[in-house]
Amino acid sequence: MPFQRFVETGRVAVVSDGPYKGKLVSIVDVIDQTRVLVDGPETQVPRSQLRLNQLDLTKFRINFPFSASTKVVRKSWKDNKVQESWEKSVWAQKIAAKEKRAQLTDFDRFKLRRARSRRNKIRTVSFLALRKASSRNGFLYGKKKMAKGGDKPRPSKKAAKKPAKK
Amino acid sequence: MAPTEKQPAKGKKVGKSRNYDLGNGIVRFSRTKMFHKKALYKFIGKKVAAEKKPVKPRVIEKQIGGEKNGGKRFVLVEKRRAVYPTQERIKKRPAKQLFKDHSRTLRASISPGTVLILLAGSHKGKRVVFLKQLKSGLLLVTGPFGINACPLRRISQRYVIGTQTKIDISDVKLPETLNDEYFKRQRQKRAKKEEGDIFQTKKQGYKVSDQRKTDQKEVDTQVLAAIRKHPDRKVLLAYLSAMFGLRSSQFPHRLQF
Repeated sequence: MPFQRFVETGRVAVVSDGPYKGKLVSIVDVIDQTRVLVDGPETQVPRSQLRLNQLDLTKFRINFPFSASTKVVRKSWKDNKVQESWEKSVWAQKIAAKEKRAQLTDFDRFKLRRARSRRNKIRTVSFLALRKASSRNGFLYGKKKMAKGGDKPRPSKKAAKKPAKK
Repeated sequence: MAPTEKQPAKGKKVGKSRNYDLGNGIVRFSRTKMFHKKALYKFIGKKVAAEKKPVKPRVIEKQIGGEKNGGKRFVLVEKRRAVYPTQERIKKRPAKQLFKDHSRTLRASISPGTVLILLAGSHKGKRVVFLKQLKSGLLLVTGPFGINACPLRRISQRYVIGTQTKIDISDVKLPETLNDEYFKRQRQKRAKKEEGDIFQTKKQGYKVSDQRKTDQKEVDTQVLAAIRKHPDRKVLLAYLSAMFGLRSSQFPHRLQF
């Protein structure tokens, strides 16, 4: 697949390093192969040059002419609802989740572990029941491989609970 | 000890300098600025005649009668001291800083009722409840014993992680006997030679005294009652009984406790 995100005027990017780490900016102009002029009027990032290896490009792009003034960038930023669509993106949600995880206290981590192990147990039990049922009725391994003797395919009961989603 | 500063003579007013230290040996006003502030230019090239103070004579001439006495002699106005100490006086030294007098500090994250993670000793890894700081600065903790088998115990705060989880133990009344003396190790005296049978005396293992058992019970029932008042009481009990451990890519200096 060809590249989808380019260093271009209007490209929204996340600053990955430096004092503005984690903030959203928009590329205003390309200075050279390694540097761009960025501006983040809505994220308190002043217009400045930034090295491209300090930027992570997002899929969002807004429209304004190159080296447009901050005012124009701000207007385009607001019209395109960059902040809202960014917050909806999986990327932003992952960042938020990571932050939340880092804020957990020892007790919270314990509670989380407990909840996870409970969920996993429910899931395992229901999975095993499903597997058993489907191996018995020949859905999984074929009817020939069934064990000899009295292990007949069971009449279909309600074999498993639905796995509780956490 | 830092040298004591010279006290200014009584009744004499000491002026305060307009120029002050900004830190790192830098003063607010430069030499030039102070030159103008003090209006030192007014005094340049001027000479102030030095006042001459009358000099008090140290000796006095006295006439002396009698022959072969020279007729006169110079006598000191102020007589010299008659007695000099043979030994320098021993200065009184400030009282020694004794360990028992040291001021104790408690880490900000730790306060009575905090759940602590023990990092040292035979109970390391356990989560226990902090009760109070003893006079020696050590922390008094309890498991409670019924939950994680950690008894009433002392531990240094260096070997402890304070968590944000707190139990309201304001209603817990600790027996007053719980002090440093209470927890001191009881050392057995060696059998004297005269008694003989040095090989027959068996080493006695540690036995928990009845006093400790009753105290443990008394404290733990109160602490457990306090735990039950916590909104997350069921999980909290499981939490206290579980050991602390680090998983992969968990770094204690990056974790919140």
